[in-house]
Amino acid sequence: MGDLRAYAALGTAQLRSATSYRTSFLVELFGNMGATVFDVVTVLVLFRATPAVGGFSLREAVLIVGLSSAGFALADLTIGNVDRLKSYVRAGTLDAVLVRPLPALPQLLLMDLPVRKALRVVFGFVVLGLAVAANDIDWTPGRVLLMALTPIAAAAFFGSIFVISASLAFWWVDSGELGSAFTYGGRDFTSYPISVYGGWFRGLFAYALGFGFVAYQPALALLGRPDPLGLPAWSGYLSPLVALGAAALAAVVWRTGIRHYRSTGS
Amino acid sequence: MIKMQDLQKHFTVRVKAGRLRRKKRTVAAVDGVNLTIERGEMVGYIGPNGAGKSTTLKMLTGVLTPSAGEVSVCGLAPVPQRTKLALRIGVVFGQRSQLWWDLPLHESFELLRHIYRVPAAEHAARLRRCRSLLDLDEFLDTPVRQLSLGQRMRGELTAALLHGPEVLFLDEPTIGLDVVSKQAVRAFLAELGATGDVTLVLTTHDLADIERLCERLVVIDHGRVVHDGSIEALHARYGSRRSLVADLEQPLPADFALPGTVLTAVTANGHRVTFSLESTTAAAAVAGLVAAVPVRDLSLLEPDIEDVVARLYTSP
Repeated sequence: MGDLRAYAALGTAQLRSATSYRTSFLVELFGNMGATVFDVVTVLVLFRATPAVGGFSLREAVLIVGLSSAGFALADLTIGNVDRLKSYVRAGTLDAVLVRPLPALPQLLLMDLPVRKALRVVFGFVVLGLAVAANDIDWTPGRVLLMALTPIAAAAFFGSIFVISASLAFWWVDSGELGSAFTYGGRDFTSYPISVYGGWFRGLFAYALGFGFVAYQPALALLGRPDPLGLPAWSGYLSPLVALGAAALAAVVWRTGIRHYRSTGS
Repeated sequence: MIKMQDLQKHFTVRVKAGRLRRKKRTVAAVDGVNLTIERGEMVGYIGPNGAGKSTTLKMLTGVLTPSAGEVSVCGLAPVPQRTKLALRIGVVFGQRSQLWWDLPLHESFELLRHIYRVPAAEHAARLRRCRSLLDLDEFLDTPVRQLSLGQRMRGELTAALLHGPEVLFLDEPTIGLDVVSKQAVRAFLAELGATGDVTLVLTTHDLADIERLCERLVVIDHGRVVHDGSIEALHARYGSRRSLVADLEQPLPADFALPGTVLTAVTANGHRVTFSLESTTAAAAVAGLVAAVPVRDLSLLEPDIEDVVARLYTSP
């Protein structure tokens, strides 16, 4: 309970810091929405050229991009700023975080909670809502539950990717934008039906790394469509488990990484 | 309160060897430190740049994981019990801020109250004390980014003390401060140490900090402790002597010798002489000198700790 109050205090402090530069805060708030809008617009543009992509209609594809965008925006808002870690590691400012009586990761996340990204989440969920309305989904209790859990599981999955790629900085200070290949690359990957990808590439990202379970498989389960790639119908319900697995892996990587933190000379 | 047993920290450094190849090299930043610090002690930790002072402090505070050896602070293991330990220690890193850059100073203090879960009454009492001792009132409402370094450091000290820590670690608390701010910080720490409840460990390059504050001095070089004891013990060990400086009415006779002393300097056309007191008392030397030649003025100089330490750093 005491911890919660401490986190709340940290969060509001960050909010007050951000709004102390009022104009730039507003500019960023709206500027940031652009990125998510473009993801969705790209899909819409694609379907102007062809009526079906990878065997999926526009309505179905929007459900996939909606699940992916909502989950990613949620993860980006809450956990995405962990990619600032590399600058903290380089400058050694993580020291100040580590001498406080709270776990390091939540502190880091709250220390610069990117409130400016809040509108992206709103947009992601609006798209998801429209997609749900546009598709004729046969609502069973299982599907209702899946619908509620999938954006959260997607956020947890992307959040884990954020944490893992940020943790690289503990071993490799110049990790640069390598992590972005998996975070933003992963988001782009999950925005389309995975049937459009070929061979080993699909095998690696969709199944081995689990990106196929973020939006594609749950979307199939929601729509009640058989998987053109042959996975059984229940595989869409695996997405929360896949997210849990990713989160567990991220926790291990983070803990190991923080023991490798080297600080800097002062 | 603090125990270190054969404490070591190694860093792997990759050195360029050819266009793409990198050679791995292991550097021991802290190389087997054994120290025990009791409750209420004030210990000054000095050493040249890169000697391992900050690295040691970071291992004591749970920031860095030791490569080998044992360490305990307040009976806790710093890294595995980091958050528990954080409630019982205060840390001031001279070059890392604990404060919120964009918020007024008093808001940082309020935040720390929540983070450390300090009861409001205790917090208010400690803050009141710091406010009067460190003159915080005039800039409590100023955003931290607009504070001068001296003001910020006073804020950092307060921030480190609001939860009533048992041990206070200070990494170069006076670095970059002007003389007045340095004195303010020292006076505050002296007052804090005098109560005897707080164990104080500070690293510094300013030996005046040590002379003013610490009975115990630990000198570290190349990751090892090369001296552990009082400042007097350091002088005795390195043969530092007091010296007698005299202004004379007339130059010293050529064959003059003062028993138990060595003549180390003659300046001002032979009118000013300096003797190093090797094996005699100041009183005997003064008496001997006055009896031999007319003396206008006399002064006695304490050995300069800077010289001693400089010698310590450069000796292999």
